[in-house]
Amino acid sequence: MRAVVIGCGRVGATLADSLDRAGHRVLIVDTVTAAFDRLPATFRGEAVRGDGTDEDTLLRLGANGADLFVALTEGDNRNIMAAQVARESLGIPLVLAKVNDPVRARAYADLGIATINRTTLITDAILEFAGFAGSGDPAVHVGRGHDHAMDVPPAVAPRPLGGAATPLDTTREG
Amino acid sequence: MFIIVVGGGKVGYYLTKELIGAGHEVVLLEKTRARATQISDEIGSVVLARDGSEGSALAEAGANRADVVAAVTGDDEDNLVICQMAKHHFAVKRTIARVNNPKNELLFRHLGVDEIISPTRMALGSIEQDIPVHELLHLADLGSGDLELIEALLAEDSPAIGKASADLPMPDGCTLFAYIRADKAQPVRADTVFRAGDKVIVIGRRDCEEALHGTLIGSAVEGDEI
Repeated sequence: MRAVVIGCGRVGATLADSLDRAGHRVLIVDTVTAAFDRLPATFRGEAVRGDGTDEDTLLRLGANGADLFVALTEGDNRNIMAAQVARESLGIPLVLAKVNDPVRARAYADLGIATINRTTLITDAILEFAGFAGSGDPAVHVGRGHDHAMDVPPAVAPRPLGGAATPLDTTREG
Repeated sequence: MFIIVVGGGKVGYYLTKELIGAGHEVVLLEKTRARATQISDEIGSVVLARDGSEGSALAEAGANRADVVAAVTGDDEDNLVICQMAKHHFAVKRTIARVNNPKNELLFRHLGVDEIISPTRMALGSIEQDIPVHELLHLADLGSGDLELIEALLAEDSPAIGKASADLPMPDGCTLFAYIRADKAQPVRADTVFRAGDKVIVIGRRDCEEALHGTLIGSAVEGDEI
């Protein structure tokens, strides 16, 4: 599988490394070169400085042939936009955006963009640790079909990552 | 009308002032508190110091009854999200986004933004109008779809010279609309015969530009026949 990760923070670097070690082809993009210091020396994928929301940049890097696209920058809106460029312009089938605002996370899931929400994820983990019930809100919202008002092609139903890869490990966050 | 403006930079500030002057009800969302205070000192208590891309901020501003939401921050991604939240979460009828990267225009339209303001495109258009090139010149976008208004200056070697407009091969869905000769605009009729120096105004689809180029300018590839 070919995977594109936007944002080389702790999660981005850890995810890129995990996918790389599982034998997938990985491209990781960040606007700051120093961010790539988080990648281990053993990382065999591509790490390129650039704007992951820019269609031209993504095309130049060959991101259009990818199977999986994950937007993990610090900005909710940047992630949402990158995810929509990936889906609408590049036609990548499996797209996930990190959106920390729970309202936006739900709203975009309704528009067909799958989102992962750190706020819900951590809050629920803490509540559970302390023996309380969680929010009941899923940390990962799967994009729900397509919105007719937007006149966009339907989102491709998420499918398991190829081969032996396990579902994304979402418990690591920094 | 009730209009929500997001982004209190220069564009948002003057836009808000003008709209209030024209008698509209306006709320301006500006996330930097200092800037929000500064603006409300100048033009009154129409400013909310909130981030307009947060759902709760739009709700507080009254997005569910807004006629128009104009997202004019300096960041394309924020403007996209503000418009999408307004349109799909609050059912706002008309959304306007400022777009800085011209590459984002198509994507924004495709994703449901009704109106695009592109300072980059406007500056580019003005510069291109000053350069006498015998090419198709994009004048304006029409409606929300793929239609655009195009100008073609017919050179001596244009394949359209000496032909009646009805005899020109036109791509489906494109129309020769008017032409300008000796600074006079005239409608194109079936028997209009074009001359070198005519400026032809065309309404066409974006994806027909190549075919239009072939009809009005000549093949771009062969070129060197001199």
